[in-house]
Amino acid sequence: MRTIFFILQKEFLQIFRNRSMLPIIFAMPVVQLLVLAFAANYEIKNLSIDVVDHDGGTWSRQLRDKLTASGYFSLYHQSANTAQAMEDLETGGADLILTIPRHFERDLVRENEVRVQLLVNAINGSKAGLAAGYASSIINDFNRRIRLDWLALDEDDAPAHFDVSYRYWYNPDMNYKYFMVPGILVVLVTMIGAFLSGMNIVKEKEMGTIEQLNVTPIRKIHFITGKLLPFWIIALFELAFGLTVGKLVFHLPVVGNIGWVFLFASVYLLVMLGLGLLISTFTDTQQQSMFITWFFLIIFVLMSGLFTPIESMPPWAQKITLFNPVAYFVKVIRMVMLKGSGWADIRYYLGVMLVFAVVLNGIAVWNYRKTV
Amino acid sequence: MNNYSIVTKDLTKRFGSFTATDAITFEVGQGEIFGFLGANGAGKTTAMRMLCGLLKPSSGEAKVAGYDIYTQTEQIKKRIGYMSQKFSLYEDLTVKENIRFYGGIYGLSNQQIKEKTHALLDRLQLEKEARQLVSSLPLGWKQKLSFSIALLHDPSIVFLDEPTGGVDPITRRQFWDLIYESADKGVTIFVTTHYMDEAEYCNRISIMVDGKIKALDTPAGLKKQFNAESMNDVFLQLARAKS
Ligand SMILES: Nc1ncnc2c1ncn2[C@@H]1O[C@H](COP(=O)(O)OP(=O)(O)OP(=O)(O)O)[C@@H](O)[C@H]1O
Ligand SMILES: [Mg+2]
Repeated sequence: MRTIFFILQKEFLQIFRNRSMLPIIFAMPVVQLLVLAFAANYEIKNLSIDVVDHDGGTWSRQLRDKLTASGYFSLYHQSANTAQAMEDLETGGADLILTIPRHFERDLVRENEVRVQLLVNAINGSKAGLAAGYASSIINDFNRRIRLDWLALDEDDAPAHFDVSYRYWYNPDMNYKYFMVPGILVVLVTMIGAFLSGMNIVKEKEMGTIEQLNVTPIRKIHFITGKLLPFWIIALFELAFGLTVGKLVFHLPVVGNIGWVFLFASVYLLVMLGLGLLISTFTDTQQQSMFITWFFLIIFVLMSGLFTPIESMPPWAQKITLFNPVAYFVKVIRMVMLKGSGWADIRYYLGVMLVFAVVLNGIAVWNYRKTV
Repeated sequence: MNNYSIVTKDLTKRFGSFTATDAITFEVGQGEIFGFLGANGAGKTTAMRMLCGLLKPSSGEAKVAGYDIYTQTEQIKKRIGYMSQKFSLYEDLTVKENIRFYGGIYGLSNQQIKEKTHALLDRLQLEKEARQLVSSLPLGWKQKLSFSIALLHDPSIVFLDEPTGGVDPITRRQFWDLIYESADKGVTIFVTTHYMDEAEYCNRISIMVDGKIKALDTPAGLKKQFNAESMNDVFLQLARAKS
């Protein structure tokens, strides 16, 4: 135990003496979160819509006004010409088209049921997802009001006409930031956990100090613990720091108990530290370790559901995400923060994470032992 | 000398089909200064790393401080000090922090660390530099510090791999004073060097060529055996015989 204490003391001295480390710890979360906010604003406010109104009645005009009044959409063209609208979509002038059919008003009154069509330019997948989500949620709302106000229907009797995926459901303000900030925090924690820890161990190899340590009676497990623990602590601190920034700058809501996020993060970090350790056993320089870690993290992050919803990935890709720890954390942090999920909801994912941690660290330590 | 510090028999290390250390056999007595000479790539570092438990031998036997290098590396590690060919203190820690760290992981108590730090700084006259980063010290000082730290836990044997490479003659002389002091206290010194004047300071030397020990005796004995004026001549004769 005393040995670990001496290693920890040395590590913290070295970490805080490293000029690039403090900026990484404090500047990275702030910069990433702020840059994100900028990008998020751009995407929410500037969706342009073409409305192809084949009906031309009062209600269809009301629906159109409701969309533009929401602040998310600005009307690009308003016509009864489908070809024109399709061209707008192709040239990128419009992000989406709402087609209101002929006899919209009549069918709504007579048959209680009517279909509107929403076409979305999906070149930018996440923008398309948001656009569709916002539009259908607004239409849904419109739909409900009509049923209540004009048709005097009981809400429970009427069939649900639209289905909006839960992601928007639990983010009632439809605030893109609320959705993204938790995901960005996951990326931050992941970088600290996997990158810095791996590089820190490889540094000893690169400098040659590992030879000196290997002739001391230091136990490998003590060495590994002493090397990894600082980054476990720093990453959890980073999470707290990022959450505070998110709260102060974006008024990030926390519906559930934030303790679950920290509990999950503490296990999740063991997985990331294990990954860093494993990579360090294969590499001899910090540069090599950085590139290999980068390779894995890019795949993990791209396939985490952070930018593209996992549900919209092809089935084979969805299967792969079952082995992606980042995807689990992104999911859990959103569940807890936006949906208010608790122990019963996250315990399965926590179990998966524990298995990952045990397997990955097992392989890493076993591999580390072989390399003297 | 019955009480050997190091005993090896046919100790061999192969990397693939290449034999870096080829069946070397020798003994080193307690408190002896044993010089381990050889051209670049002769296999000195490889042999030393096997003795320190850093590398598993391919075949042969060896005992260090009475312990087997295959099975008792933990006991060996507690009793040896090692200065690797690469500088291996932490450049981004101060002199004092380095001493404290190594003292700590060898299990010294805080009181011991304090006393040893004081004595060490006093002996090396490094009190003024105690709070400086090691990276700011001249090479010769670093090597002396490194040697002293390798002795911090009072090992009975120290392995020094080219401890004076690139160091100026005066500092080299001071370094050898430190070596003699330790040897006088009964510490066995196992040292490699490329400087022939340093070879003369050793009690006995072995000369390795292509992984094999080609000669082993006192400096005087070797000169007589090879009918040579100096150690340099002895070394050249052996190295030439190879090509
Ligand atoms: N891990 C390894 N894998 C393959 N070959 C190795 C390995 N380590 C050393 N060698 C080879 O073994 C030979 C002996 O190396 P060693 O480092 O023991 O020489 P040395 O006598 O210490 O030389 P120098 O004076 O340059 O330090 C060299 O040819 C080297 O390339
Ligand atoms: Mg060498």
